[in-house]
Amino acid sequence: MKKRTEGFGPVEYALFTAVTLAVLLLCICVGSVMLPLKETVAVLWNALTGADNEAYALAANILLPVRLPRVLCVALVGACLSLCGAAMQGLLKNPLADGTTLGVSSGASLGAVLAIAFGFSLPGFPLGGTMVLAISFAFVSLLLILSLAYRLDSSLSTNTIILIGVIFSMFASSISSLVITFAGDKVKTITFWTMGSLQGSSYENALLLLGALTLFGGILLWHARELNAFAVGEDNARSIGVDVRRVKLTVLIAISVLIGVCVSVSGTIGFVGLVTPHMLRSITGPNHRRLLPAALFGGACFLLLSDLLARTLLGPRELPLGVITSFVGSLVFIYIFCKARTR
Amino acid sequence: MLEVQNLTVRFGSLTIVDNISFSLAPGQWLMVVGPNGAGKTTIISAISRAVPYTGQVLFEGRDIRHQKTRELAQCMGVLSQNHYVGYGFTVEEVIRLGRYAHAPGLLGGKQHAGEALVAQAIAKTGMEPYLKQSVLTLSGGELQRTFLAQLFAQDPRLLILDEPTNHLDLVYQKQVFQLVQEWLRQPGRAVISVVHDLSLARAYGTHAILMQKGRIVSAGATQEVMTPDNLNAVYAMDVFDWMQRLYGQWAPGEGEGTL
Repeated sequence: MKKRTEGFGPVEYALFTAVTLAVLLLCICVGSVMLPLKETVAVLWNALTGADNEAYALAANILLPVRLPRVLCVALVGACLSLCGAAMQGLLKNPLADGTTLGVSSGASLGAVLAIAFGFSLPGFPLGGTMVLAISFAFVSLLLILSLAYRLDSSLSTNTIILIGVIFSMFASSISSLVITFAGDKVKTITFWTMGSLQGSSYENALLLLGALTLFGGILLWHARELNAFAVGEDNARSIGVDVRRVKLTVLIAISVLIGVCVSVSGTIGFVGLVTPHMLRSITGPNHRRLLPAALFGGACFLLLSDLLARTLLGPRELPLGVITSFVGSLVFIYIFCKARTR
Repeated sequence: MLEVQNLTVRFGSLTIVDNISFSLAPGQWLMVVGPNGAGKTTIISAISRAVPYTGQVLFEGRDIRHQKTRELAQCMGVLSQNHYVGYGFTVEEVIRLGRYAHAPGLLGGKQHAGEALVAQAIAKTGMEPYLKQSVLTLSGGELQRTFLAQLFAQDPRLLILDEPTNHLDLVYQKQVFQLVQEWLRQPGRAVISVVHDLSLARAYGTHAILMQKGRIVSAGATQEVMTPDNLNAVYAMDVFDWMQRLYGQWAPGEGEGTL
């Protein structure tokens, strides 16, 4: 029998990296002020090597403090959310599972809204309070939603999950609205933030996202085979020797942390985790050893292009990023739902 | 090999399996038979640790509750009656998952012994032509053979089968039972299965336990357990008469039978 590797090969990694870099470069160049490619590359190179950017002062002033950190954050948030979606869809054997459809993002959002409204913060760490509450609320939401869904329907069918997710989202949103009503002068900050945007992102944010992705994204990638087993069936996973409870808990914690960190940095950006894994599955197949790495790159590209649209569609006016992803995502959602029903 | 002592399974106030004990030795194929609601599948679920229970289940003298899931999967494998695979994995990918217990983690599944076992499992079950096919396109019988191949690749010493051919037509029914019988010929192996079809239980089982309302009515060699008196009492009908009428119509030279 011919042996073949199940995972991503070096050629695939190179190809996906090249495409992501190309999209990244495009997003750095295009904006309210167009930067020529040559100039952009020169500025980036000079910044990397520590050389002087005096010759390209204007480009450097737009690119280095504003556009580059934003684009990096967008790519990282996209990668995180897409990876979470792919892992959740495998774990729950449900192609419609995602932070948004399950209500986890709304839960995380509620945590962050509470943190902003009540001024909860950690000393010396500006995003700390929002992040801790967002992560905690994401995890508790996920546990609540899944235990309720299990209680109603142990097979965790699509309809049950979506229904509970919608109900939980409405519940979390109603509390968020209540908090916002009494938030006084913080209303504007909260409202803009709940629509999802990465405007004003910093290198610190990018570093934070990168750290979370390396650690918790790494945990998800490490569990690719277990996710395959879950995607085939939980009973089958137990039978072949997967420690079902431990793996489920580990994956859920990793997902909660990643969604919590993303929500605290970028606000609620919906449907990224639904759209990209679905698109990529038709290229890589459902095997998580291929799907998860592809989801990293695919999620980054999808969100980068969405952000580009958000910045340029009505330029110089900027649309909230969440509006674009939710628009595309809801269409894809209807498509998958109809396809699943007719199968 | 397998020792079940005072096994009781309760769901709330309902007792599904009531203080039963039995054992299984290598070379035996134990058929668990009885009417609906007797608790047959629940026994299987308890042995495979899918439901909580009281009492003890020992595999080769060790309490299975104290064993790691992976260690247990190296000893015993379960084949259930229904499979609903969520995504279009290839047949090969599903079969290869059977090696998880022996080589877990992201980098696992590349040992030589494992490769040989996977190849053998594919050859035995005749799944070679389907390897690259999506499991979503398989018929019920082909899907069951895929999971049987996964189980063979897992290489356990005890097979636990829960109504393995419940929805399958005669061809696949025969294939699955013959494959398991052939697998059992290797020394140190045993099978425990729940079956509704009493004819299959009599044909393939070396031993049987007859259950009713969560208790064992009779246990021992198949011929001693599946007697007219035992079966008639448990099923509350003349089982032998019904079977003879049912299958008698197929006797050579017979035309149309009457039921």
